[in-house]
Amino acid sequence: MAKQEKRTELKVTAIENGTVIDHIPPQSVFQVINILGLSRVKNQIMVGTNLDSQKLGKKGIIKVSKKYFESEEINKIALVAPSATLIVIKDFTVVYKAKVEIPQHITKIVKCINPNCITNHEDIPTNFTVIEREDGLRLHCNYCEKYTKKENIHFV
Amino acid sequence: MKNKSLISIHDITREQYDEVLDLAEKFEKNPKQDVLNKWVVATLFFEPSTRTRLSFESAANQLGARVIGFADASTSSVKKGETLKDTILTVSNYSDIIVMRHPKEGSARYASEVSPVPVINAGDGANQHPTQCLLDLYSIRKTQKKLDGINIAFVGDLKYGRTVHSLVQALTNYKTTFHLISPEELKLPSSVKQYIKDANLEYHQYTEMDEVIPKVDILYMTRIQQERFADPLEYERVKGAYILRDSMLAEAKKNLRVLHPLPRVNEITEDVDDNPKAYYFQQAQNGVYVRQALLTLILGEEKKVKS
Repeated sequence: MAKQEKRTELKVTAIENGTVIDHIPPQSVFQVINILGLSRVKNQIMVGTNLDSQKLGKKGIIKVSKKYFESEEINKIALVAPSATLIVIKDFTVVYKAKVEIPQHITKIVKCINPNCITNHEDIPTNFTVIEREDGLRLHCNYCEKYTKKENIHFV
Repeated sequence: MKNKSLISIHDITREQYDEVLDLAEKFEKNPKQDVLNKWVVATLFFEPSTRTRLSFESAANQLGARVIGFADASTSSVKKGETLKDTILTVSNYSDIIVMRHPKEGSARYASEVSPVPVINAGDGANQHPTQCLLDLYSIRKTQKKLDGINIAFVGDLKYGRTVHSLVQALTNYKTTFHLISPEELKLPSSVKQYIKDANLEYHQYTEMDEVIPKVDILYMTRIQQERFADPLEYERVKGAYILRDSMLAEAKKNLRVLHPLPRVNEITEDVDDNPKAYYFQQAQNGVYVRQALLTLILGEEKKVKS
């Protein structure tokens, strides 16, 4: 029994300095990697998914060594993983821990759903204002003024 | 409004509507004034719109401004593959203000972000056409002597008509009651109705217009296009219900005026034209005064205007 527990803990090792993104729904882990552009960085990265979680049942976790994200940047993942927690580690110690928050503006990462929007025809970074309504979150394109609903969000 | 772009009806406040309409009133009394003689206005029409372009160019010319530009993208460098950004940056070297019409939604907002000179949106795809909206407001205010407390009926294609969407939004600044008359397929989108709800105003929906005409001050007609219907038979079935004939105005209020953004096809029969309640051609003329007012305010020359 004791042996079993130890194995669980060792699945993902601790990092000395860097950022941990915890409580990611398993289906969103690879999207989060994309949003943060992690496929292009040279840092050591550990990714775990379908791990047991008391909160979510199953969860994913990403640990990035020696990298700290701007909160604006990390908040983008709130669009696909609103349950995620951001943890900043320095010298093996947690110095910051908070749930991600959906930012007021989303720039560059999301495609506008309107095929006739100028951002889908010229090389222009997209820019949305986040609107939260009773029927869910939607993004208001600051160019064509059309709404992209949460379920229609596609990343650039 | 000096040096500010006008891209969307959301960009301006109720106070600024008044400022534009008040100045337009001065131009209506005295349209030929040499107040913009040191300025160059560029009209960039990436898609043709003869009516809107001529209205802007007439407005600028009557105020003594010089006008440069193109009427159709196929005769410009756009055809060679130039980006919108490059076209705007180049033309801003040659002019003091840019008026643009473009088939893509959001193009005017983008142009205003890259342009060092102010931009007036003369229509970006199905999105915004703020000067049409301002001339509609001007026409309502002029014919009803007020903007608050108007009963307005919108008739026809309320789903795709950007003119209707913008005017509905602008009128939510005033105590308007909305009567929305359209076939089921072409009802006002819920996103636009939300503006009415947010302003705590009243709206009613109908599929026929006869019972509504006696209640309203403004009857705003629009064209129903056949291509909006998946089933051509459905179009044939409904189209007759949204045609205004002179006889239908018999029970109308005395102050009722009929507006239409033009071009009209057959949704207002020609016998309405001679009825004093028909206002659509004067409405188009008001567009020149409103555009004169906007050019003058944005170029900061309003103090030179004589009333």
